[in-house]
Formats: sequence, C-alpha cells, structure tokens
Amino acid sequence: MKGTVIKYGDNIDTDVIIPARYLNTSNIEELAAHCMEDLDKDFVNKVKPGDIMVAGKNFGCGSSREHAPAVIKAAGISCVIAETFARIFYRNAINIGLPIMECPEAAKDIENGDQVSVDIYTGVITNITKGKTYQGTPFPEFMQEIMKAGGLVNYVKEKGE
Amino acid sequence: MGMTMTQKILAAHAGLDKVKAGQLIMADLDLVLGNDITSPVAIKEFQKVGVKEVFDRSKVAIVPDHFTPNKDIKSAEQCKFIREFAREKEIENYFEVGEMGIEHALIPEKGLVVSGDVVIGADSHTCTYGALGAFSTGVGSTDMAAGMAIGKAWFKVPEAIKFVLKGSLPKWVSGKDVILHIIGMIGVDGALYQSMEYTGPGVASLSMDDRFTIANMAIEAGAKNGIFEVDEKTIEYMKEHSTKEYTIYKADEDAEYTREIEIDLSTLRPTVAFPHLPENTRVIDEVGDIPVDQVVIGSCTNGRIEDLRVAAKILKGNKVKKGVRTIIFPATQKIYLQAMKEGLLEIFIEAGAAVSTPTCGPCLGGHMGILAAGERAVATTNRNFVGRMGHPESEVYLASPAVAAASAITGKISSPEEVVK
Repeated sequence: MKGTVIKYGDNIDTDVIIPARYLNTSNIEELAAHCMEDLDKDFVNKVKPGDIMVAGKNFGCGSSREHAPAVIKAAGISCVIAETFARIFYRNAINIGLPIMECPEAAKDIENGDQVSVDIYTGVITNITKGKTYQGTPFPEFMQEIMKAGGLVNYVKEKGE
Repeated sequence: MGMTMTQKILAAHAGLDKVKAGQLIMADLDLVLGNDITSPVAIKEFQKVGVKEVFDRSKVAIVPDHFTPNKDIKSAEQCKFIREFAREKEIENYFEVGEMGIEHALIPEKGLVVSGDVVIGADSHTCTYGALGAFSTGVGSTDMAAGMAIGKAWFKVPEAIKFVLKGSLPKWVSGKDVILHIIGMIGVDGALYQSMEYTGPGVASLSMDDRFTIANMAIEAGAKNGIFEVDEKTIEYMKEHSTKEYTIYKADEDAEYTREIEIDLSTLRPTVAFPHLPENTRVIDEVGDIPVDQVVIGSCTNGRIEDLRVAAKILKGNKVKKGVRTIIFPATQKIYLQAMKEGLLEIFIEAGAAVSTPTCGPCLGGHMGILAAGERAVATTNRNFVGRMGHPESEVYLASPAVAAASAITGKISSPEEVVK
C-alpha cells in the first residue's frame, strides 16, 4: 500500500477518533463523516483513498469502541503507522482488517504530506519523498492469517469449516 | 522462570502447563460481555460467523447501560436490536432498565465473575474484575462476536508490573487516589500491553470497592489488565455474591516482572487529574483555584456504595454552591436501594444535588450532564480526554468522590479537609 501521510501526535484517543456522542448508531459510513472531528475538523475533507495515517505513541488509547479503527478504514486510510498502539485498538484493527504497523523510527521521521509505502508482511516502510526506509515490526504469523482472512470473523469461519 | 498471576490464569484456560510473555494463545472464556454501544456491532459480526447459538447462554452478559434509559430514537433502536438478540438466543444475563446497572458494578454484584476466571468484555473498563483475582480485559466488538460464537479468544501473554502496596490509606484518601497517583507516575502508556499486579501487605487494608476502582482504571495506564491477589476480603465478597466455584492463583516466587514499584499508601494525598490526560495529576495541595460548573459522582469507577457514603458524609448538612450542577449516579439498582435505605439519597437531595438512575451517561459525553463550550466539571469518572463529557472545548478534572463532594460545596476543586473540619 502506498499513499500520502496525514500526521498526528501522541495519545490519539478513540474519543477524538470517533466521539461517543455519535455512537447511537453503528452505521460506519454515517460515523466516518465524524472521523477525527474533535482533533482535526478538516480531516474528512482532506483525506484521500489510500492515505496513510502516522502518529506518535499510544495511538487509539481509551475506549474499546471498534468503531474507531472502522471509521479510519472507512474514511479511506490504507494503513496506520505509530510509535506504539493502545492494545485494544491494536487487536481491533487486526480483527477488522485495518493494516497497522508499529515503527517508532518511521513515526518520528515521517512528515505530514510525505509519500510512503508499507509492506505489512515484511514490516518494511519506505519514505518515497525522503528516500529512506524503516523496519517496522511485522505481524506474527497468526495475526497475518487473520489479516489475510479479512478479519477475525472470516478466520473463525474458515477454521470452523 | 515462574509465572505471574495473570500468566497462570491464562495457562490454565489455554490447557497449557506453562506460558511465557509474548506467547500467543487461545484461551477458554468464562464470560463474554457487551453493552448497548458495542453489542450491536458484535451481533452483526456474530451473524456473519454462521453459528446458530451462542457457545453458552449462561456465559454471555449484555448490559444496556451507556445511552440508557434510551436517550433518543437511535439509541432506542440499538437497544431494541440487542434486546431481540438476547431474547432469541435466550441469553441468561441480559439486564434491562429497572434491574440493570453500570456493567462493571453490576457483573461482580450479580456474582458472574470469580477469581481465576477469564473474562472479555467489549468495553475497555472490563479490567475492573481483576479486583476479584480474575483475568479480565476489554476487547472490541469482533472479539465479542467470536467469543459468543466459540467461547474462546486469542491473547498475547502479557508481561507484568508488580505493585507492592504497604501501609494503609489516610482519611479522605481512597482507591481513586491510588490509581491516579500510579497513572501520574507511570503515564497513560506506562503499562502498555502489560498486567498490573497488586500485592503486598497494604492490599488487606483496601476495601473491595477501592480495589474495583484501582483495577477499573488499569486501562488508563494502557494495561491489558489489573489484578489483585486474593485474600479473605475477596473470598468473603465472592461468597456473598456468587455461587460459582473459584480458583485462587498466586504468582510464583520467581515470576518475572518488568518493574517492581512499592507504594506506601499512608503517604498518598487526594489526587486530581487535569485535562486532557489521566496522567496529568496533581495532589490536592497543588491544584490551585479551579472553579467548576458541574460535579459528577458515579460511573463504573466510583458509583459504588462506599463512594456514595463518603460523598454523603461530606455533603451532610451542607449545600451545593449555587450554580454548580451536582449529579450523583448510583451505579446499580441495588446500590441505589441501599443508598436510599441508609438515607444517603435524602442527604444528596437536601444538599441540592440531583440523583439519577444508573447510567454511564455523562462519563462518555452521552447524555444526562453534557458540558457546553468553556464549561468545566470535576468528575469521579475515568477519562478527561478532549470532548469526553461534551463540547471539545469543555474540561474534565478527575478526582475521588470525597474531592468531588467537597468541590460541589465550595464551587471549586477542593480538599474534603477544607469542608469537613
């Protein structure tokens, strides 16, 4: 996957990714219109399909709402790179099939607007704008299988059959 | 190398003699939980799995508590959807308005969790049940769906931080101050992916309600779970509330911890977390002049009977400062009734506070006490992120029920010592 970077800071919590006041519906398309609203009102206007989100440490902290990775995915983001992820967000992203990558070096070095490509299976992140590569932590095989199946539900279904 | 409490519980539920940190396992679940925000998504995912029934009707719990009593038509539709699912699948532990409570106060009260259990809940504060010596952790809706279908979940076995508690808490200092102190010390990602294991002679001095509060906010330090060593108080609590069989796991002498932190409870002060992160803590003596528009006492963190008792002790014979909206939320119907019998509700109403039916309501900016731009609240809730209780330009300060009640009287963040001479 390859795209333009939209960059945020540390401790981006699920309340700013998708405020709870909108969660009286579970319609993801409807919710995606409010993605990042309390932090960056302009996000939904500027995001293009394939864009890559980059952030600092503890991305996705707070509530367990799976609506958070789901709206990021629905908004068009192809991958999130961060120094670290909050654990519930991490497993939710895998379970719903939103590619994510932990890489402190890339998260620090990449700037807003850079063109970046990511291979989530090898963990290699390439900053096309700066001509640099970074080695992220690739998923363990088990999580890769979930991602390849298109999320946990399909994985469970396949295993069941 | 030995195992931590958490590792032992996970090993036993994965059918393994031994596990080590970092290992990926599939564990059997004793309880799968969801609420009115996360369950609708989970049910839609469950329907895609293609199984007809949930894995065990007695091991699934659904508690509509966030936007209930239904705040609007959309919430009502979501609740209707989960109610119909619960009815169709004959889920034994579905709790309707009138019998419900905030899930993390209700589930232990109903005896649905005991020590040694493995619990997942599609709510981040599911870590609360670690107070009982269970492994319990928050997950998302898809995990809940898979859990309901197959009764299992995948886990990466966590490392752990050991907290050795000593001494006992001074007057007006509670479990909330302990956990705010810890988060202030290690940060909102200080325990990321790890367990927070509480042990030491100081544990015995903490009430079960204090332990629930401390375990509840493990997630605010990024932890996978918080867990207390089981003692006589835990056993007494379980015997009073549950008929389930329990297993007690103790960490091995040679269990490995990433850090060991000793806390002398007797040295702690009432502690307040400033916006917009729970790690921005200051002791009450360093808070300064912070006027508030609203006071919230309740939530899965601090809506238990002891929390209400301490608030009543401070509010008794006093009046809430004019213009400060003070809203008190007993966390369950049982707590509400107990508070009524003890005369606490009368004290609150006489003081000029509003008393609400159990709901998560304002804690997540849902309903029943939303803040306007520029407004400020002191709350006994668990998060003070941007926009958490309403407008993105409002502010939430996190504190104990004692500090919140004192602040209601003075109209600014205050120590109980100032109010009760």
